[in-house]
Amino acid sequence: MSVQEVKKKAPRDNGAPDHKLNLHPLMLKNYGKWKYYEKVRTGVLKRVAESGDVLYVVRAGSPRTMSVNVIRKICDIADKYCQGFLRFTSRANVEFLVGNEKDVKPLIKAVEKELGFPVGGTGASISNILHTQGWLHCNLPGTDAAGSVKALMDELYKDFVKEKLPNRLKISTSCCSINCGGQADIAINVQHHHPPRVDDKGVGVCEHPKVVAICPVAAIRPTTADGRPSLEVVPEKCMYCGACHGQCPSMEIRDAKTDTLSIWIGGKAASTRKGPSFMKLAVWGLPNNAPRWPEVGEAVKTIVEAYRKGGKPYERLGEWVERIGWKRFFEITGFPFTKYHIDDFKNARATLNTSTHVRL
Amino acid sequence: MSDAKKKPESIKTPLLDELTTGQWPSFVSDLKNLSHTKPQVGQLLGQLEQSYEDRWNYWQGTVLNVDGYGGGVIARYSELSERFPDIAQFHTVRIIPPPGWVYSTKSLRQLCDIWEKHGAGIMQLHGMTGDILLLGTDNVTTFDAAEELMEAGWDLGGSGGALRTPACCVGDAYCESSCFDTMGITKYLTDRFISQLHRPEFPYKYKFKVSGCANDCACSIQRSDMPIIGTWKGPMQIDQKEVGKFIKEHGADYVVNNVITRCPTQAITLKGSKEIKVDNDNCVRCMHCINVMHKALRPGKQRGATILVGGKRTLKIGDTMSSMIVPFMPLETEEDWEKLGDLVEKIWEFWGENGMEHERVGEFIERVGLATFLEGIGLKPLPEMVIHPRTNPYIKFEELAPGRMGGEPHKRPSVVDKEIETFEKAE
Repeated sequence: MSVQEVKKKAPRDNGAPDHKLNLHPLMLKNYGKWKYYEKVRTGVLKRVAESGDVLYVVRAGSPRTMSVNVIRKICDIADKYCQGFLRFTSRANVEFLVGNEKDVKPLIKAVEKELGFPVGGTGASISNILHTQGWLHCNLPGTDAAGSVKALMDELYKDFVKEKLPNRLKISTSCCSINCGGQADIAINVQHHHPPRVDDKGVGVCEHPKVVAICPVAAIRPTTADGRPSLEVVPEKCMYCGACHGQCPSMEIRDAKTDTLSIWIGGKAASTRKGPSFMKLAVWGLPNNAPRWPEVGEAVKTIVEAYRKGGKPYERLGEWVERIGWKRFFEITGFPFTKYHIDDFKNARATLNTSTHVRL
Repeated sequence: MSDAKKKPESIKTPLLDELTTGQWPSFVSDLKNLSHTKPQVGQLLGQLEQSYEDRWNYWQGTVLNVDGYGGGVIARYSELSERFPDIAQFHTVRIIPPPGWVYSTKSLRQLCDIWEKHGAGIMQLHGMTGDILLLGTDNVTTFDAAEELMEAGWDLGGSGGALRTPACCVGDAYCESSCFDTMGITKYLTDRFISQLHRPEFPYKYKFKVSGCANDCACSIQRSDMPIIGTWKGPMQIDQKEVGKFIKEHGADYVVNNVITRCPTQAITLKGSKEIKVDNDNCVRCMHCINVMHKALRPGKQRGATILVGGKRTLKIGDTMSSMIVPFMPLETEEDWEKLGDLVEKIWEFWGENGMEHERVGEFIERVGLATFLEGIGLKPLPEMVIHPRTNPYIKFEELAPGRMGGEPHKRPSVVDKEIETFEKAE
């Protein structure tokens, strides 16, 4: 079919595929009528319905980026043990849905042997790392995504397959300061250190008013270069966020020589206990050291070990730090507290200690 | 271009090869295998290797639309196309997944077959938006693939200033904490607003994420413009026999240290040595005690959802958390779902009319104030919407201001009516 013919037929506006056609028969039968669950082992939950039906959910970590060959292998295993049904989680784990208890062990063996995927990622473990596209397929990244996740999960593997932390620990990575990776207990984000370099020639094709308007600190203004309209950046105002770079590729924010990585901790989405929280800066200035980012791995492990030792049961990383205080956190981990840890953006004063509370 | 398409020398990737060892499954090994049947994947790895070496990116982003759609294809052009001609155009197609990311192997195999035929055979399950991502088509095969996918019943996902593909937790499908049909609502919202998803007409993106309870497995509160989170009215369900068993098994000190003292509103007390008592009027439905004692405690029977609005990640004003606009809304019947959809339409109308270019709804609320926003969408202010009343004393009371000397009535100047950013609207 020619491109012209295809174009005539669109749009179809099909909408979302019907989940009911994609549900395991036991999920469909007991939809909305589940009673409780039991943890069989890390990565395996036994779900019991009010009808008495039992469904075993076996969770395995995937690399997220997969060939059709691997996905077909996943399907082969699901056909053999799961009546042809499976599910993915928001963190790119595969969940195999097993109706017969006797199929659980052979399934785990098949997942580990045939796919090479580890079983785990439930409860008080480190689940799969949320990540973006990076150098593999994004147009804005300062670092890679799938590669840094692979390197980091190799380091954290034992905490994926065994629940040995006070509570769940979620990690995300982002490849630029737009931070698509999202909030997490631990997040690794790119930090730029210069205002964008304006390419006067290339900037001509961008919509100047949009580029000016997108700057959160009003640092971009129109100018002329060689008699043609261009843009300039007021360096004192610019905070190196890169918002303009997304709008116009000729506002180059990245710099391979100087971009670094920072680690942020204490984000949490659940409303449990005191509610959701945003993450805070813990460590900055780590090198963007492909292919294995060893300095980042070391820093993350330092934080994980401190949390493992100090956290109370059910306490998330951010809750632990809040309980013991940031002073103790920096003491225990050995990371320096610097002037850059003090907020200077919106609502910064609300982050200052306005009491006499100190741990002396 | 075909002149440059000579067979490339075998591509060496020493840096990427370091990612083929270790216990975690390696995407590099997988893609290397794929490159035997899909040579463009070998070139993709070649470009990635160059990025690893230079710490630099070689993709340019642009727009490519299937006719009738304003998004759904993420077009990429390689800056190294002379060396890697097969990835000169290498686009991603976003596809709406079944709600809750549930699949029959039949559906998944169909995706694999179509993508192997037209694309590079690389899939990501799933993108950060929740879409199925299919990588590796050019300016012709993108249309062929889209056509075959749509014929088979799939549809393109959202991108740009549009409704993005809604996402949800597993909900009623196997979770006992779920307070409503998250998958059903997600399908309903996707289908009702499919036009807004495919044809960008908003100031900027709008995301729904749907979680069946306050554990918020869809991360909706920080990652969506409109989180829909399950909750309940009235007392939670307590099975005192199971409570007794739990106390016997774990000890009273465990229950005190990990349940009772962790309740954010101190709504739980021990009653004797075998039971607990819950002050349901003061329970804020945070889910902690239910998570710990999930056999003994369950959400109440009168279930529904809390609706919040305005969450997003950093750019441009810093992270914003979503905030409450409807404390409780039943979501049992089609009629309830329609009411939710109607509220969405009111928000889009007000924000669409008054929002600035690239302004998310949370940024819009920050600029005009929640009170103005509520007036605009026809909701009454409620104490549940704030942590506490204002501390700033400078207020424009409309009711208490007498007419001016000339007798003209006092009117609070509107913060949204004034003409702003007129150049944005010029064609």
